[in-house]
Amino acid sequence: MSIEPTIFYIFSAVLVGAAVAVVTVRNPVYAALFLVLAFFNSAALWLLLEAEFLALVLVLVYVGAVMVLFLFVVMMLDINLTPLREGFIRYMPVGLLVAVIMLLEIALVVGPENFGLQQIEPPPRQGPEYSNTAELGKVLYTVYAYPFEIAAVILLVAIVAAISLSLRRRPDSKYQNPAAQIAVRREERVRLVKMEAEKND
Amino acid sequence: MIFEFPNFVPALAEIFVVTMACLVLLVDLFLSERNRVFTYLLAQATLLGAAVLTVSIHDNSTELTFSGSFIRDAMGDVLKVFIYLITAVVFLYSREYLLARKLFKGEFFVLGLFAVLGMMIMVSAHSLLTLYLGLELLSLSLYAMVALHRDSMSASEAAMKYFILGAIASGILLYGMSLLYGATGKLEIAAIAEIVGQSALDDLVLLLAVTFIVVGLAFKLGAVPFHMWIPDVYHGAPTPVTLFISAAPKIAAFAMLMRLLVEGLGELHMQWQDMLVILAALSIVLGNVVAIAQRNIKRMLAYSTIAHVGFLLLGILSGSVAGNSGAMFYVLVYALMTLGAFGMVLLLSRAGFEADAIEDFKGLNERSPWFAFVMLILMFSMAGVPPLVGFYAKLAVLRAVVDVGLVWLAVLAVLFSVVGAFYYLRIVKFMYFDKPEESAPISAAFDMRAVMSANGLLILGLGIYPSALMALCVTVLR
Repeated sequence: MSIEPTIFYIFSAVLVGAAVAVVTVRNPVYAALFLVLAFFNSAALWLLLEAEFLALVLVLVYVGAVMVLFLFVVMMLDINLTPLREGFIRYMPVGLLVAVIMLLEIALVVGPENFGLQQIEPPPRQGPEYSNTAELGKVLYTVYAYPFEIAAVILLVAIVAAISLSLRRRPDSKYQNPAAQIAVRREERVRLVKMEAEKND
Repeated sequence: MIFEFPNFVPALAEIFVVTMACLVLLVDLFLSERNRVFTYLLAQATLLGAAVLTVSIHDNSTELTFSGSFIRDAMGDVLKVFIYLITAVVFLYSREYLLARKLFKGEFFVLGLFAVLGMMIMVSAHSLLTLYLGLELLSLSLYAMVALHRDSMSASEAAMKYFILGAIASGILLYGMSLLYGATGKLEIAAIAEIVGQSALDDLVLLLAVTFIVVGLAFKLGAVPFHMWIPDVYHGAPTPVTLFISAAPKIAAFAMLMRLLVEGLGELHMQWQDMLVILAALSIVLGNVVAIAQRNIKRMLAYSTIAHVGFLLLGILSGSVAGNSGAMFYVLVYALMTLGAFGMVLLLSRAGFEADAIEDFKGLNERSPWFAFVMLILMFSMAGVPPLVGFYAKLAVLRAVVDVGLVWLAVLAVLFSVVGAFYYLRIVKFMYFDKPEESAPISAAFDMRAVMSANGLLILGLGIYPSALMALCVTVLR
């Protein structure tokens, strides 16, 4: 049984290290890649907690979709980082002070004396036939249907906002007209040219 | 597993608004620029329909549905009807401004309706999950509305600041909620209240959870020292969006305070009272003093909002029914007053002219005596001059604070209200005793003039008969 804590500590150490690297490395592409590493490690921690479905979704959605898109954005936007770093030294003492106080407060509270196994019963271990996905689906579409629907509306608002903020009709932009493309006839596309056969004798 | 099919009737208004918002989104796609006014009418019809539905299912009982994550009660119904009313007036005031600046797009109304939905969800939330999701729906719609004017640098900057600080606030609030969930193991407000009532009052986990939740709420409300975003956002956003942000979401924020602090964590009243005392005192002092230095009326009203938030917190922190109903009365009255004040900025503006410097009010009496009088009523009411309704609102919360023995806080609030009266009266002085710099006649449409007049008269009327609204606030909170 002692292998499990060892695995946990390895993954946690890599997770914390990767998270620190996200905010400290200079190159934004490296930062995004470190974030991917952090996601992988937290997925591994969720696997240890027997939340297989959530772990896989984390990898598929965050690593597979969100972070890839994010990398594209980071690579395409040519952000000049020097103005962003200005004043870093000036604000660091205050930031560090707040961070340390928060860390101490959290360390004081979120520990085994409040959230240990004596206070909160560990969930029963389930056998291999137990399906995480089915259990999640059962509550997601029944008990939590209302929050689920609200989340759907939030995504809709995100789409509306993103499109209304970025879609700008420019007169010089070229776009396709699928209806005209489908309705095209052969005569409009192909022009048959009759040529005299060249005599080459 | 046994699953009870939820009762949809209490949530009829929410379902109607979400359906109509999607419909408006689709209809707007097929409208030409000339027929865009149809989108506006449809949005107004949605608000009217929602009001009819909310009133028709209203009674004094309390109903829970959707597995305990939705609550319909008398307080929620009253707050929702006010949210519809205020949003409808915001849409009406905004129409001409948006038309003159080529911002009259369907997205403004669609996002506005989704923001209304977010507020309704917050008002009716009975679990941490729905409360948070409603808040995010509201915030996301507001961020996008602030950024809607893309050619304006100040609007983009305001949107960015609002978005980043809003995200931090959401993170802090969420952390507090997760600690609360960790400590109680429950999401529903009533279940949390039950468990909190049984646990020790100096439970460290609960204390930290309350701290984080209060900080998150203070950020969203804009109470000092978490107020930094308010002046910049109010100043940078297009005036109709400023009008919207300053009015209706404050009602939803009041509902959130009630649901989380009073209903959920009421047993820990002694713990959060001290925090709110500090927030309220600082807000009243800083808001009123800094507002004096402002030359831009949107910025000035932003600082006045901070001061009014301080008064709202006074009512909540007293922890009594009188205090809560006083706070509810205050927030409803405040929403009506700020609606009129920003509406007046919109009324005086026209294409290419914002009317947002306080000097733009100079000599308004010569240009339009009636609207100068309406503005006079609004400013006097905000300053708390009797017999206008702003006076009774301040009186109600101050009485509640004195009743719980915090006399020094009431004295401080009164002193700084007197300081604050200076900048409200400066506007009045500009309107009545200075020569106009601007001679163009006011070009607002008839419906805007009519509603603006009604807005001012309502403030006057409520000041003469405050008892009806006050009685309503007391009844629904009992």
